[in-house]
Amino acid sequence: MPRQLIKGNEALVKGAILGGCRAFYGYPITPANELTEAAAFYLPQAGGVFLQAESEVAAINMVYGAASAGVRVMTASSGPGISLMSEGISYLAGAELPCVIVNVMRGGPGLGNIAPEQSDYFQAVKGGGHGNYRCLVLAPATAQEMCDLARLAFELADRYRNPVMILTDGYTGQMMEPVDFHSTPAAEPKVPDWAVCGTPETRRNLITSIYLQPDDLERHVRKLAAKYRLAEEHETRWENYHTEDADLIFVGYGIVSRILKSVVGMLRERGVRAGLLRPITLYPFPTAEIRRLVGQAAVFFTVEMSTGQMIEDVRLAVEGERPVEFYGRCGGNVPSAEEIFDHVMRWIDGRASQAVQEVLSHA
Amino acid sequence: MPETIPAHMKPIHAKADCLYDSYFRKEDNQHQTHYCPGCGHGITLKLLAEAIDELGIADRVVVVSPVGCSVFLYYYFDTGNVQVAHGRAPAAATGIKRARPDAIVIAYQGDGDLAAIGSAEILHAANRGEPITCIFVNNAIYGMTGGQMAPTTPLGNRTTTTPFGRTPQNDGYPLHVSEVLAALDGPVYIERVALGNVKQILAARRAIRKALESQMKGLGFSLVEVLSPCPTIWKMDPVEAQRHVREVMTSLYPLGVKCDRTAEREPLPARPPGAPLAELPRLLRIPEQEPAFERRGATGEVDLRIRVAGFGGQGVLLLGQLLAEAGMDYGLEVSWLPSYGPEMRSGTSNCHVRLSSKPIDSPLVSKPDVLIALNEPSLRKFLGAVRPGGTVLYNGSAIPGDARRSDVAMYALPFFEIADREGSAKAGNVVALGALLEALPVVPVEVVERAMARVVKSEKWLELDRRALERGRQALRELKAETVKEPCHA
Ligand code: SF4
Repeated sequence: MPRQLIKGNEALVKGAILGGCRAFYGYPITPANELTEAAAFYLPQAGGVFLQAESEVAAINMVYGAASAGVRVMTASSGPGISLMSEGISYLAGAELPCVIVNVMRGGPGLGNIAPEQSDYFQAVKGGGHGNYRCLVLAPATAQEMCDLARLAFELADRYRNPVMILTDGYTGQMMEPVDFHSTPAAEPKVPDWAVCGTPETRRNLITSIYLQPDDLERHVRKLAAKYRLAEEHETRWENYHTEDADLIFVGYGIVSRILKSVVGMLRERGVRAGLLRPITLYPFPTAEIRRLVGQAAVFFTVEMSTGQMIEDVRLAVEGERPVEFYGRCGGNVPSAEEIFDHVMRWIDGRASQAVQEVLSHA
Repeated sequence: MPETIPAHMKPIHAKADCLYDSYFRKEDNQHQTHYCPGCGHGITLKLLAEAIDELGIADRVVVVSPVGCSVFLYYYFDTGNVQVAHGRAPAAATGIKRARPDAIVIAYQGDGDLAAIGSAEILHAANRGEPITCIFVNNAIYGMTGGQMAPTTPLGNRTTTTPFGRTPQNDGYPLHVSEVLAALDGPVYIERVALGNVKQILAARRAIRKALESQMKGLGFSLVEVLSPCPTIWKMDPVEAQRHVREVMTSLYPLGVKCDRTAEREPLPARPPGAPLAELPRLLRIPEQEPAFERRGATGEVDLRIRVAGFGGQGVLLLGQLLAEAGMDYGLEVSWLPSYGPEMRSGTSNCHVRLSSKPIDSPLVSKPDVLIALNEPSLRKFLGAVRPGGTVLYNGSAIPGDARRSDVAMYALPFFEIADREGSAKAGNVVALGALLEALPVVPVEVVERAMARVVKSEKWLELDRRALERGRQALRELKAETVKEPCHA
């Protein structure tokens, strides 16, 4: 298939439509606007629905409606907008409605700025809205993955009857790279048998998140939890980059993982056996893979464009058996490869324990 | 209603067909509703159910139920049911209706739900003329949460949150929802009715039916506001509460049709059918054919990091894109990243381009091999980062004396002046690209020209850009020749 040089945000929309997305409800916010604009341009041509809602609150509830009616539906926003959508996301998860939500992260908290950050990790991965629920969270790092993970997101959303979030940032969204759309569109998705479509077959169906009796709600919440366990078993995705022999393993996702690949190369030139574990799914988190690497690596180095959020999941996985170091920038600053390299070298020469220094320097 | 009873023998006081015979979704008391005796909700949903039966649309109906005393409509309605968040019924109904235009979507809301927390959603659904039907039950109080003030609560009324009576100074005025919405262009039919006596109830019945009919005809948004007794919270008996509706509520909220455009409004056009799946790639403008170039031979190792910088409007981003497009056509891995974040300020523009024979790790170019500086601030800003042995192309007649490095090749050419002589200064970015191709023949010129034809849509501009590209190459050739005579050009 020929490749097309295209922005990540636009690749995501095309991937979504090829993956069966037929409705998009959104509200403008920088830096997610290319998504909304591309959806406005392409979806009506593809026989789908695009509507600019009056607010993020309305947009996510339109998503709720379309998902109830059994249509593959998407919305896109950025931090402050996702905060407004969080109530709706909780309802979607509670009512077990599949949908795809894209968060092109920007700097926060509050109004923050429009530059890229990764500080919505907690919000995406740990909940954000109220109640016991999880979103499956995918973290693309290339324009190609913006397309591929959008397609995957719709499959996962349907398979688990759950919202799937694509957590990305301004850089991954604005960057142009060649994308192979392997353009066979998904077959027209079947109307799910639980949907409410205004037809005789679906007349008896009910979409709700109310369970008034404590026992009923407990049963429901446990059913959701079992579903999440199943996703943890089957849907955890990650990429290993030069980890086979690595003593120092970086953990980073999205645009940061791209920069870390450069850093791995720079460190290896200096004789430090570095590698990278890149989570592709942030929930479920590749805990088992980190456990496996704990047996091999002397130290883990988490790098994020935040003051440290994913590092908590890395620490949980490492279970205190290895040091987990952290380097982070925020405010919309993107760490350069050189700056991370310098930081890591200084750490090795300075604060790293004797044992770690020995492992890293005898490489 | 058992199927065996012939239509002409239907008992008059039986439950409507689209209400369940037994409310199996309820925990207990499955033969009665959860509403208090004398509550207007019971009457309203009965009227709604009868209208659905009469119109024969039960199979198509989706009832959207809210939060509040009316939350449990799905106990009763033998139709599609979607339960939604507080105030969001019009938004969710919009999502359903747009997804399934043949469904008859009915949002059922109370006064807190619709007039307070959901005021934005109802206003905009109405203004869009969303072809849904909204039943707005107004009892001027919050029922389920135990008697707090509603936006519709009359002035002076004591509620648990206006313990000294509602005052305009503190709480504002009662909200006249139907009048507000009727002032918009979107709605096709809005009427306020009441449940104060049999005559009023019959009028309510007609209004609800009419609202549903206008949705069936695809005319647009309709809303029926039902002034409804809440004996429990009003602390009245049912008879007293009905009199209160009749005498007090209707004087604050006048009954009647607030807007009716059903006669003049045309049905909304049907959405065109979806394109066949096979058409999708074409509609999405996904290229079908590989560019007809020979891919680069396996022997060539390329790894070039380029930074293009200048003022906004100089075509910085396009220059980078042309390079990336051509690199891709030539079989290289490429990335293009616009400047993002703090650098977006003060009218500067720059982008990072990488061309590589291997997969590209970081698309960020912090240490470029090539700097194309289209203005002096960019030269000064990025010169220090250029890798030793790298190349700098500067838009100017000479490199400023205090911005020189001896370990990089520096070329100064007035790209925009050259372009101006060719017909338009706008093509200065392409002159710079031509110069780059001459300094570092990373991608063959034919490949760049072909990529240009894809990116530059207008034939006129394309012609100019082709000349500009050639002029850029030529200018750099001449400059190089001069540099041989005078080695320390930079
Ligand atoms: S509290 Fe009022 S509105 Fe609620 S069910 Fe009772 S009478 Fe009806």
